[in-house]
Amino acid sequence: MPTILDSLNYGLKRAFAADPNVYLLGEDVLDPYGGAFKVTRGLSSAYPERVLTTPVSEAGITGLAAGMAMRGLRPVVEIMFGDFLTLTADQLINHISKFRWMYNDQVQVPLVVRTPMGGRRGYGPTHSQTLEKLFMGVPGLVVVAPTFLGDPGELLCRMILETVDPVLFVENKLLYLLPVQDETSLAEFELLETNTSSGGTLSTPTYSLALRGAPPAMVTIGAYGYMAELARQAMLKLAYEHEIFAELVVPTRLAPLDIDPLQGSLRHTCRLLVVEEGSLSMGWGAEVIARCTETQAVPLKAVRRLAAANLPVPASTFLEAKALPSVEQIVEKCLEITRDG
Amino acid sequence: MCLVRRFEETVLDNFSKGAFHGTTHTYIGQEANAAGVLAHLQPEDIVISNHRCHGHFLAYGGDPRALFAEMMGKGTGVCGGRGGSQHLHWRNFYSNGILGGTLPLAVGMALGEKLKGSHAMTVVFLGDGALGEGVVYEALNLAALWQAPLLFVLENNRIAQTTPVELALAGGIAERFEAFGIPTAEVDSSDVLEIWALAGECLAKLRANPGPQAVVIRTCRFGPHSKGDDTRPAQEIERMRSQRDPLEIHEDRLAADTRRALQNEVQAQIEDAFRQALADPYPETGDFAEHH
Repeated sequence: MPTILDSLNYGLKRAFAADPNVYLLGEDVLDPYGGAFKVTRGLSSAYPERVLTTPVSEAGITGLAAGMAMRGLRPVVEIMFGDFLTLTADQLINHISKFRWMYNDQVQVPLVVRTPMGGRRGYGPTHSQTLEKLFMGVPGLVVVAPTFLGDPGELLCRMILETVDPVLFVENKLLYLLPVQDETSLAEFELLETNTSSGGTLSTPTYSLALRGAPPAMVTIGAYGYMAELARQAMLKLAYEHEIFAELVVPTRLAPLDIDPLQGSLRHTCRLLVVEEGSLSMGWGAEVIARCTETQAVPLKAVRRLAAANLPVPASTFLEAKALPSVEQIVEKCLEITRDG
Repeated sequence: MCLVRRFEETVLDNFSKGAFHGTTHTYIGQEANAAGVLAHLQPEDIVISNHRCHGHFLAYGGDPRALFAEMMGKGTGVCGGRGGSQHLHWRNFYSNGILGGTLPLAVGMALGEKLKGSHAMTVVFLGDGALGEGVVYEALNLAALWQAPLLFVLENNRIAQTTPVELALAGGIAERFEAFGIPTAEVDSSDVLEIWALAGECLAKLRANPGPQAVVIRTCRFGPHSKGDDTRPAQEIERMRSQRDPLEIHEDRLAADTRRALQNEVQAQIEDAFRQALADPYPETGDFAEHH
């Protein structure tokens, strides 16, 4: 069964095959190594002129790729660990995300920066973070996160070939080894896919997952990336062990944020739990809840956030498991929220 | 050069009168650099500029009225009033106000054109102050490693805002480029013909053998960093103005009546551009709600 890593790898290869303007820049991306997480494996053998292994210069290669993008190419940058995005922050915030608007819509920066993000591999405080929240509020920057549903490689390929705006493409490391889902593996669930766009961005899928044949859901769980897989596991526990039924809403575009699919689910549950792997404060969940609350489209009975502790991610497996959100915590929060409201 | 000088003087004169809002970084004293280097450009060539970009923009062929209007926040501005003084884009000219961060972009544009098989080359301006930024050295390395067809023009005016170069920079400037294997020419001059000749040699080499080149120009900034923030002794500025004024150096070569005719023509052009920009409308606000 193909994994999400295979899917992303295939997505890159399809983009390279489809458009000779696609380039990839990153550290240690050449075969036989094929990148630290192997997403680029095979690419440099097939397209040696278009895969550039780079010095350890995250800001430099990100800015350089933006220059290529502004002159008509479609570069992809791999940042080896999401933690190193901080080194690209000036390029992304003060240059790349501003150009289109600041130059009065006279330029486009069709650049995809993709990076593995997240913990649970024991890499410790500087190689395990979930930092995309630092970039979600940056005007002009699109933040996309594939999940265990749909076709992550297709999403990546489409971003590379079609985006007109810079995209930060966040790949949770634990997603890589999960199998791509199909109808058989999702037999217990009803899966709904809606495609939306916002502010002129490419349309991206949002997935809704509910247990097949279950009574109406009492709680909506909003989660993205790998957290959505944990939420899926929690949904089964909630149903079989507690008779609490949840609906899971999984956006793939985190910014600009489109709140409609979540609102749609909330209309019948009126209870919202948001789950993210980044630290709790000032996060994606806070924004989601703020948006859902201020529109007053749905009277919410109860809301909760579940996120990583406001601490650096510990190296110890034991401590790390306590610091990051777990299936058990999702179950617990859902029980809490259904008791409260 | 005369156009740039009159433009910048008009900016400074009218800032205090309220015609402009925000900030500005004038090019007064450094005009020979932009004029000398950019005279060699082909239409397809690319220019990346910094916060002190008015001189580069005008020497590139930019419209003074559009630049005045941009600085006034008018809809007819170079970027419709969105960018202001430091953030310009027109044809193949791009400027940004973040020091040093423009260099990787310049390397990428130069490399992009090379990969596309075009013959365009890129010129990037930076000052001595930008040498404090780490990303500059990432860009120099990448430019040399991948032989990007790029000319670095380092304008060393020996002062970064109010900090003299001696307090900010260890080691040599040319040596920084040479350490990456980038051929580097140096000139200590405000004579446009001297700069023009040297830049011509560098660009000819670059076009013959596409890869990075650098030219380090020791230059003089007569005005403040921005508007009223010059802490240098008045005598020092006076001495620079009397010895290193690129306009006077070059004007001495012209016959008196030719010189006067040129000055009058430029004066009228700038007055006209300023007047038109003043009368220009503010931009349509558009619907910002869709961006919420």
